[in-house]
Amino acid sequence: MTVAADAPPASPPRDDKRWRQVDVRIRRLGARPDALIEVLHTVQEVFGYLDDDALSYVSEALSVPPSRVLGVATFYSHFVRKPQGEHTCVVCMGTACYINGAGAILNRIHDTLGIDAGATTSDGRISLLRARCLGACSMAPAVVIDDEVHGRLSPDAVQHMLEAL
Amino acid sequence: MSVLTLTIEGRDVAGQTGHTILQVARENGIPIPTLCHLQGLSDVGACRLCVVEVEGQRKLFPACVTTIDEGMKVTVNSERLAAHRRRIVELLFTERNHICSVCIADRNCELQDLAVAVGLTHFELPLLSPQAVVDATHERFGIDHNRCVLCTRCVRVCDEIEGAHTWDVMGRGTEARLITDLGIPWGDSNTCTSCGKCVQVCPTGALFEKGRSVAEARHRRPYLPYLVAHEGRTR
Amino acid sequence: MTEAGTPTPARRRRQDPLIPAGPVRASAHVCMAAGCLSMQADTVFDSLCERVTARGLTDVAVKRVGCLGLCAAGPLVAVPETGRLFDRVAAGDDAALDGVVDGLAGGEGGRPIATDPFFSHQVKVVLEHCGQIDPERVEDYVAVGGYESLTKAVTTMTPAEVLGEVTRSGIRGRGGAGYPTGLKWTTVAKTDSPHGKYVVCNGDEGDPGAFMDRSVLESSPQQVLEGMAIAGYAVGANHGYVYVRAEYPLAVKRLTTAIRQAEHAGLLGPRIADTSFGFDVEIRIGAGAFVCGEETALIASIEGGRGTPRPRPPYPAASGLWGKPTLINNVETLASIPTIIGRGAEWYSAIGSGKSLGTKVFALAGSVVNTGLIEVPLGLTLREIVFEIGGGLPGGGKFKAVQTGGPSGGCMPESLLDMAVDYESLAQAGSIMGSGGMIVMDDGTCMVDVAKFFMDFCREESCGKCIPCRVGTTQMYGLLDRITRGLASRDELAELESLAGMVRDTSLCGLGQGSPNPVVSTLRYFRDEYMAHIDDHLCPAGVCKMEPREAALAAGEVAP
Ligand SMILES: Cc1cc2nc3c(=O)[nH]c(=O)nc-3n(C[C@H](O)[C@H](O)[C@H](O)COP(=O)(O)O)c2cc1C
Ligand code: SF4
Ligand code: SF4
Ligand code: FES
Ligand code: FES
Repeated sequence: MTVAADAPPASPPRDDKRWRQVDVRIRRLGARPDALIEVLHTVQEVFGYLDDDALSYVSEALSVPPSRVLGVATFYSHFVRKPQGEHTCVVCMGTACYINGAGAILNRIHDTLGIDAGATTSDGRISLLRARCLGACSMAPAVVIDDEVHGRLSPDAVQHMLEAL
Repeated sequence: MSVLTLTIEGRDVAGQTGHTILQVARENGIPIPTLCHLQGLSDVGACRLCVVEVEGQRKLFPACVTTIDEGMKVTVNSERLAAHRRRIVELLFTERNHICSVCIADRNCELQDLAVAVGLTHFELPLLSPQAVVDATHERFGIDHNRCVLCTRCVRVCDEIEGAHTWDVMGRGTEARLITDLGIPWGDSNTCTSCGKCVQVCPTGALFEKGRSVAEARHRRPYLPYLVAHEGRTR
Repeated sequence: MTEAGTPTPARRRRQDPLIPAGPVRASAHVCMAAGCLSMQADTVFDSLCERVTARGLTDVAVKRVGCLGLCAAGPLVAVPETGRLFDRVAAGDDAALDGVVDGLAGGEGGRPIATDPFFSHQVKVVLEHCGQIDPERVEDYVAVGGYESLTKAVTTMTPAEVLGEVTRSGIRGRGGAGYPTGLKWTTVAKTDSPHGKYVVCNGDEGDPGAFMDRSVLESSPQQVLEGMAIAGYAVGANHGYVYVRAEYPLAVKRLTTAIRQAEHAGLLGPRIADTSFGFDVEIRIGAGAFVCGEETALIASIEGGRGTPRPRPPYPAASGLWGKPTLINNVETLASIPTIIGRGAEWYSAIGSGKSLGTKVFALAGSVVNTGLIEVPLGLTLREIVFEIGGGLPGGGKFKAVQTGGPSGGCMPESLLDMAVDYESLAQAGSIMGSGGMIVMDDGTCMVDVAKFFMDFCREESCGKCIPCRVGTTQMYGLLDRITRGLASRDELAELESLAGMVRDTSLCGLGQGSPNPVVSTLRYFRDEYMAHIDDHLCPAGVCKMEPREAALAAGEVAP
């Protein structure tokens, strides 16, 4: 454990009001070590991603060893450790979409934007993500651009939409 | 606690309720290969080398975590098990970069011993040859990720015995790797007490003591039984 | 890899449903599930409200409901009073929108639900209320008889009687393995635990082509909560967790609302129906790891750790969450419970056949006309599902295979179309029931490529704890990749088969143990496709890009 029982309460890494939201959540969860995932969710909701300062703070606040915090944060693919782009483009790679050509769509986006799934363009404009079934299999292949689901797409159609962003 | 009788490799043996197949086998001098198991640490049943057959059951059972039952008939060596074990060791060798001739643990390595024990003479599968690093920032110890087999013995000894929990595993699948604190260089860790227990329990040359020659390193094995005091914990 | 969730529907302000104060002549049920939503069902809803108001129809309701099932023909609007379904009601399509309003005003139009083969073969137990009620209004659920089964159980039945009813119903786990639910409940009930027990609802639904549990959670969340409370009463637990994936924000939101409303209405919480039995439910949100659907990994995840499985025994029924006896059931299993208690075990067990009783929900997708969500009695044949309910392949395409069970399942060829869909037959055919994804493939699909797709999935989702799965799936993927590139030899195929057997036998959990299934089943039924890639350097379906052997030879990538 990193914190002795009588250590003073951990203080947030930055002087940022948004930490209050995290602190409220931590208090409501009783600062228990098993609230780790819940708290990481909250931090990501508030800041958009999990950086080392945040992980370090969570580690102290919940008395969870830092290596365990990082272990958990990197186990789950929902947690990201870098800020995401202005726009997000999510390509469904579920079974129905895959057999309907999602691979070709992903390749085209890769060629257009020059980034792999999970990455953000260097100008910080677009993040490319993959999903496993959006529940829109009847519209396969499906892509979500900025929270809007589009179905029955071709590589050309996706490229046009991205260029129009 | 009552005594149960069973057979292992055709021999009648006895053990206490709650004891594992591995425990009883070892008490009776019947060898079962293991890697992630270490007496005194909790068991994770992860390496799968210790799998055995139990009569009447189709699936295989990891001996290190399977408790004995009255009348159980256990097979430790069969053609199927031998083939599976050889494969497991082969998978380990192909996963990272194990080049024994330049390893500090050469001839003092459990992975090497296992390869001999299971009769692994050549690899049929391609080497995955990932890029792995060496962290030599700690003043006394180092870790070479090329040799790590992710047995998590170091993680467990550090947490369960030393109480420091410096080590953990990050990522998943073949991307998984060992970390110190928030993935910082070992030398910068402020949870590490430099006790060296992790180095003592590492089955390969992944964790090593700096400046030790191969011959000296070989002496460290007898150090292990001190952990026996903590026998009996599981999971 | 970073995985993303699906978006929550409207960011803009939600228009309230139109609910007349007086008697309702007709109501428009506008589907708001993912499929229809991706076709702007929210806009359709708004337009319908506007048009109904503009026409001055004061005895007509317009409601948001969960999945209506026939996703392929969305956006969908049903009018239950007339038994008609309006399909393809596109936003901005005036004719279609007015058609619905005419239908509400007493006109004809739409297609009759009762005689449509897509609906007529279905038997709705789990989906009974899907598309009938507003999932965000507990009043709606209560109005259709919701929570009567819980009240019946806690006021008129002993826990043992509830256990007996569930056991006699013959229901088996709908999460994949098909373990008899009554037996599992009885085990948990029998385990003494002075410090409490837990009921966990497994809503992790990781199969990459399935969305049954999600539809249930989004369309009728109260039903799942009621099932959990009944389970709690039967096994002696007062606390429940629903584990939902973070990718389903809408399900999380609706569940949160449902729990709050149910507690507020006294349907959950302390002293249910004025008895001494209390039950509360908390939500835990997963974070994108398929393996967390495995029960021991799920427990580790609820406890806030890395979601790695541990060896069983001890089973969660004996030692689960925080070491306490824990009942883990799938969403669909739990959603069936209120009906089983309400209508009785005999009623339920009359559905289905042999050892597979009751109904099962499937997400039908791929090359099939009627893609969508269906619920059928167990024991229907694949042909009935694909060709009668599903309407066959679009454009007269040629059937090649149907995949069930997701990454641990298999591909069934045409010769098995007359096989009954039940736990035993599927297992015998080398697949599993799984959670209910059913993907139809036509002859434009390469089966080696499908096997590779699933292996890639397993490799990425392997937790990395045990060696056979961690390295074995990676090596199998490598071999499959070489086959699809036309680089592999027959020896490598033999290697792949041998690895498959070893990974199945020695992996720690179901993910690793099941990962070879897609390979083994495609090898069993479509071996010639593998051979064509290897011997003839050709992908019969024209999907895989073969690499020139000469270049590979020169680069030392293939054996001469
Ligand atoms: C890798 C893996 C993933 C699983 N995913 C799910 C899942 O997403 N949902 C589910 O209900 N069960 C899943 N299961 C099965 C569960 O472990 C467990 O058997 C099930 O939730 C029990 O509920 P049931 O008896 O109602 O089916 C999975 C199992 C494995 C091995
Ligand atoms: S460093 Fe050694 S002890 Fe630690 S996981 Fe790797 S091989 Fe095992
Ligand atoms: S089979 Fe795969 S997912 Fe399961 S414990 Fe082993 S590595 Fe983890
Ligand atoms: S597989 Fe893409 S939406 Fe289901
Ligand atoms: S020693 Fe039993 S699984 Fe590793």
